Amino acid sequence: MKRCLAALGAVTLLTLAGCATDQPVANPSGASSAPAGAGTGEQSAFFEQSAYDAELALLQATPTGPADRPWEQALDPAMVDTASFRKAGPHRICFSNAALNNPWRQVGFKTMQAEVAAQGDRIAEFVHVEAEGKDQKQIADINDLLGRDCDALIVSPNTTATLTPAVEAACRTGLPVIVFDRGVDTDCPVTFINPIGGYGFGHVGAEFVSQRMKPGGKLLALRILPGVDVLETRWSAAKVAFDKAGVDVVGVEFTDGDPAKTKKIVDDYLQRYGTIDGVWMDAGAVAVAAVEAFQDAGKPVPPINGEDQLDFLKVWKEAGLTAIAPTYPTYQWRTPIIAALRILDGAQVADPWKLPQPTVTQENLDRYLDPEMPPLHYAMCGCTDLPGYPQRWK
Amino acid sequence: MSTQTLRRQLRPAQWARPGGLAPILAILVVLLVLITARQPDFLSPPSLMSFLGRSAPIILLAAGQYFVIVCGEFDLSVGALVTAQVVVAARLIDSDPTRTWPVVLVLLVGGALVGLVNGLVTTRLGVPSFVTTLGMFLVLVGAVYLWSDGAPKGGLTEEFRQYGRRAVEDVPLLGRIPYAVVILVLVATVAVLLTRADFGRILIAVGDNPRTARLSGVRVWRTRTAAFVLSGLAAAIAAILIGGYSGVSFQAGAGLEFGAITAVVLGGVALGGGRGSVVGAMLGATTLELLFALMNFYGISGALRPAVQGVIILVAVAVAARRSTSR
Repeated sequence: MKRCLAALGAVTLLTLAGCATDQPVANPSGASSAPAGAGTGEQSAFFEQSAYDAELALLQATPTGPADRPWEQALDPAMVDTASFRKAGPHRICFSNAALNNPWRQVGFKTMQAEVAAQGDRIAEFVHVEAEGKDQKQIADINDLLGRDCDALIVSPNTTATLTPAVEAACRTGLPVIVFDRGVDTDCPVTFINPIGGYGFGHVGAEFVSQRMKPGGKLLALRILPGVDVLETRWSAAKVAFDKAGVDVVGVEFTDGDPAKTKKIVDDYLQRYGTIDGVWMDAGAVAVAAVEAFQDAGKPVPPINGEDQLDFLKVWKEAGLTAIAPTYPTYQWRTPIIAALRILDGAQVADPWKLPQPTVTQENLDRYLDPEMPPLHYAMCGCTDLPGYPQRWK
Repeated sequence: MSTQTLRRQLRPAQWARPGGLAPILAILVVLLVLITARQPDFLSPPSLMSFLGRSAPIILLAAGQYFVIVCGEFDLSVGALVTAQVVVAARLIDSDPTRTWPVVLVLLVGGALVGLVNGLVTTRLGVPSFVTTLGMFLVLVGAVYLWSDGAPKGGLTEEFRQYGRRAVEDVPLLGRIPYAVVILVLVATVAVLLTRADFGRILIAVGDNPRTARLSGVRVWRTRTAAFVLSGLAAAIAAILIGGYSGVSFQAGAGLEFGAITAVVLGGVALGGGRGSVVGAMLGATTLELLFALMNFYGISGALRPAVQGVIILVAVAVAARRSTSR
């Protein structure tokens, strides 16, 4: 009996071990191999040369729209007519949200709520349903919202392929549909809003780090997890930049977004190689942990990139790092509300609506670093003019 | 069977009997030789201290898990408990240094309480412990998610973080001793004293044969509940060290329960209970971390770690099964 129990226990443990490391991925079959040790490995299966070229070109493009309101700007806009959606207000705007399960989405959603408050006289009701990161729940959510008498439907899809049919069904009801952040495989929404994207993000960080680190130095690339399109594009653009610059990439490791794991990995590499001369990251969540690993080991922090989270900007300033922070701006959560109201006015909107993707650099660091804001706040929220700032974001 | 006879039965051939320390010490030595061959300065004091410092949480969790496993149960909730504690600590402290000590106290009491609930549900309601603690795992994950709206809030102060991050500087010979190592030594001493006391022997008796233990006057449910409380306390201390080491994160405790259980079985403690020592469990954790360090030095991807842990659990169960048939 005891042996039975022990065996059953072991099986349970192994199953759980599987669960614990299993992450929802958009397209697991496309996971790239990331051999530890030397080199950048094979190019990611997600890499598309034409999309890469387009994003790098957009980094240089001049946006149209008000310069002080980047969430209203568009890059190379192609305008579409929306006269058929014109409707008298005030409106009921519905939002199917993939999840609120990370600080980026939290800050973004608060920004969106504040935008709704700012447009209060035009919006009678804002209906929000959150899918908790589950495709099936979001499909049901969208279906439910179709019966809620919405004037416009905003969707932030959990995954691209699985949510496409649900978005298509929403389009067929004649409702104006606005998709943002991740896309869907259909043109039926009135507009798709997102910033330049992952190639631009990955490229900006990789170019900076490879230019600033000492020639022939050793670079460590830290990635959150494989197989997620938005992260794969970041890495694949960085890989191109590193290969071009001839950087010695000594490791490509996955951190799961876990600061403890990140610190151990960096510590491991410091022990193995003595020094690391550059660190590239595909997201800023664990950038501070990487910086701390160098500090705690008594080593100088090499050129590194993070993201626009306040904790990183603070460490950057305090420790005088050589750093850069490409962003995936949270201000993009304002744009869908603005777009919905424009569409219901029958005004033209850009489709796709490509938002600029600013970078925090040494020169503009002080403008974005507000020491009063919490560590996990994103500086690029474009929210300082919105009702309830700063309390709403604390 | 009185505790006196138990004691007599357990005394002979401490090292050679199943569950003894000989195998794990042998593995440890082999790993150390392999590591020094590749990285000669690994055994230098600063490097060794840094290694022990960052391994301290998993060694503590292995000690806590030992108490539960040796009396015949499992605790799958410790990883989620660590995460919950780190997230709760960040929110309660909210970057206010004066709240450091009250919050440390809250964490210790909270850890003990979670252990108490695990223990009582298992022993008084008769729910198998891997169902109880799996349930607790889910409850904790869900509660933390709900309480924090899905993303950690607040912040940990330097006063809180120093225990996992800083060290006693300028120590002769050793250089710097991380506070985590000091705490580890203290807790390890307490754990060894506990197992040397009657409590430790009763635990083993309960794990070996609960019926015999009950007939000889042991209150089995109390002993097992106490084991769960110890595991919860160990998780609380580990949470303080991990939160200090790396700061607040939803990932803080992810997978630690498997690390701890793997370490315990690697240390010669039988799944199902009745055999093994807490020193073995802690050496098992050290060995596991050494193995990972070795994999790192030889450039083997860290992604293989879960697979390695899985193989160790399977082999340990298989070996234990063979031993119990030949007994």
